[in-house]
Amino acid sequence: MNRSRAAGRSTLASMVLLASVLLPQTAAAASAFSIERVAEGVYLHRGQQQDATAANGGDIANIGYIVGDRCVAVIDSGGTLAIGTALRDAIRRETAKPICYLIHTHVHPDHSFGDPAFADPATMFVAHAEYPAALAARRDGFLANLRYTLGAAADGSGSTVPTLLVQDRETVDLGNRCLSLQAWPTAHTNNDLTVFDERTKTLWTGDLLFVDRIPVVDGRATGWLKVMAALRALKPAHLVPGHGPVQHNVDAAFGPQQQYLDQLINSVGAALKAGTTLAQTVDTLGREPPQKAWLLFDDYHRRNLTAVYTELEWED
Amino acid sequence: MFPFQRLSGIAPSIALVGLAAGFALATPAVVAQSTPQAPAQISPAPIWPKVRNSLFSTRTIDENAGEIIVLEAPNRAEDASTVPIAIRTQIMQSPSRYVQKLYLLVDNNPSPIAAVFELTPDSGRADIETRIRIEQYTDVRAIAELNDGSLYMASRYVKASGGCSAPAGKDPKEALRNAGRIKFKVDGPLAAGKPAAVQLAISHPNASGLVLDQVSRLYEPAYYVRKLTVRYGDKAVLTADIDFSISENPNFRFYFLPSSDGALYADVVDTKDLSFSSEVAVKLGGIASNTR
Ligand SMILES: [Zn+2]
Repeated sequence: MNRSRAAGRSTLASMVLLASVLLPQTAAAASAFSIERVAEGVYLHRGQQQDATAANGGDIANIGYIVGDRCVAVIDSGGTLAIGTALRDAIRRETAKPICYLIHTHVHPDHSFGDPAFADPATMFVAHAEYPAALAARRDGFLANLRYTLGAAADGSGSTVPTLLVQDRETVDLGNRCLSLQAWPTAHTNNDLTVFDERTKTLWTGDLLFVDRIPVVDGRATGWLKVMAALRALKPAHLVPGHGPVQHNVDAAFGPQQQYLDQLINSVGAALKAGTTLAQTVDTLGREPPQKAWLLFDDYHRRNLTAVYTELEWED
Repeated sequence: MFPFQRLSGIAPSIALVGLAAGFALATPAVVAQSTPQAPAQISPAPIWPKVRNSLFSTRTIDENAGEIIVLEAPNRAEDASTVPIAIRTQIMQSPSRYVQKLYLLVDNNPSPIAAVFELTPDSGRADIETRIRIEQYTDVRAIAELNDGSLYMASRYVKASGGCSAPAGKDPKEALRNAGRIKFKVDGPLAAGKPAAVQLAISHPNASGLVLDQVSRLYEPAYYVRKLTVRYGDKAVLTADIDFSISENPNFRFYFLPSSDGALYADVVDTKDLSFSSEVAVKLGGIASNTR
């Protein structure tokens, strides 16, 4: 293992100069790439609580890895090739064990566009069974958005088609360390997958949990509430949300999100009952102040109202 | 501008890229110079002249016609899959002067002609609300053609939503399962000669399909509602040719002119040539009524 690392370095020494010429603007994300330890063998890089910008280099999602006796599982690859690469470097500083799995929590680009950094025949790309179709329908649009935001810093980024699909549940073994993967019905998206590390009772929620940052409904709010109840029942000791700090108390972790989704469903449901149109509903409810000071509230609340309106209008 | 890709092309080693990233760490000042480029999303060749030419040839279009037609749309598409828009005309539909066609165009969508509505004096008012998909930053246009052949246009620029918003459906399987349900509703009370609002909602994926993806091998043909017809008794109220620029679960609010008790009939045909029908009672003086 160490041998291959050393070999990699020696062939690279001569490339440093070239790199300095070719890479005057490698993503800002690479600077100060932080890793925190969540539990024994569980490591997290926390994205910033922002939308993707040139300044943050698209480093806005929580990504990380879990180390077993035999190999490593990466969970989400980050928003760009540079971020995925930085994560891979961080893993290589920690261990020489092979990366046997890259597990995708869902299709959103801030979690998956660093995939090319992990291209390796030995690495299996794992995702929800609905992931490939969702990706095919969105990839070009996501890429256009990323290019618009980051310019050339987006080059080389993109999501890769998974090689192992999870219909319901799947267990992967990293060597004396089993991860339970569960594919959920439509909630945050129609392709949410959670990772539960049995050894430390750490639940990696993906975007099924937003902490401090406003949750985004890109699936079904009503389905999301059901999935949250099931996630609570797992009684995790640690929770890694898709956005925001690690949590250790299930109620405190899910409470605010639960309240926000309940309020969305109730207020939009009432508007529908009153015969209010979509445009009127978004306009009226979009002006109401938030119950809690969510980050990015103004950027996503109206969108959530739209999504929930179109979800509920066919519920009866 | 030297993209990362170039470097990995020279030596496709993960470790190399890693080292390079480490090197960049030492040059934050240079990193900071990276600014977003000119909007890459906006198509370099505007589609509008082509569409204009194909639909209207060299006919004059009054583009300063706020007294005839107004287009309401949000400045920013909150949800790319569902952007509410409203076309409002200021003309009372009468046999001597009426809006006979409304064109709804979304310049930068893959298929810019979202809908062509045909109206009649029995439409009462040529106002239509619907929801559209917005793929990228775009002009949205509404063009009214009067029975005398004159053309009037209103347009709005709509910013794309960015981030993780996508015009694709959120739950395509569910949408397919429910295809064909119709909600048809008339707002009461109805009075003869007074235009009344109607809502027609069709449960349907209305999807552009997936192109063959080289990697995933996925292919799904487009599946969308292509035509809808609304009659009041045997009088035409609204006919529309639409496509997948209209959102999933196509939803329309429009008007008709009640004259006596009867019924409104809606017929919908999709690209698999499946047809769906619905009707709603019209009762003068009656309160709102629903699909029957
Ligand atoms: Zn997400």
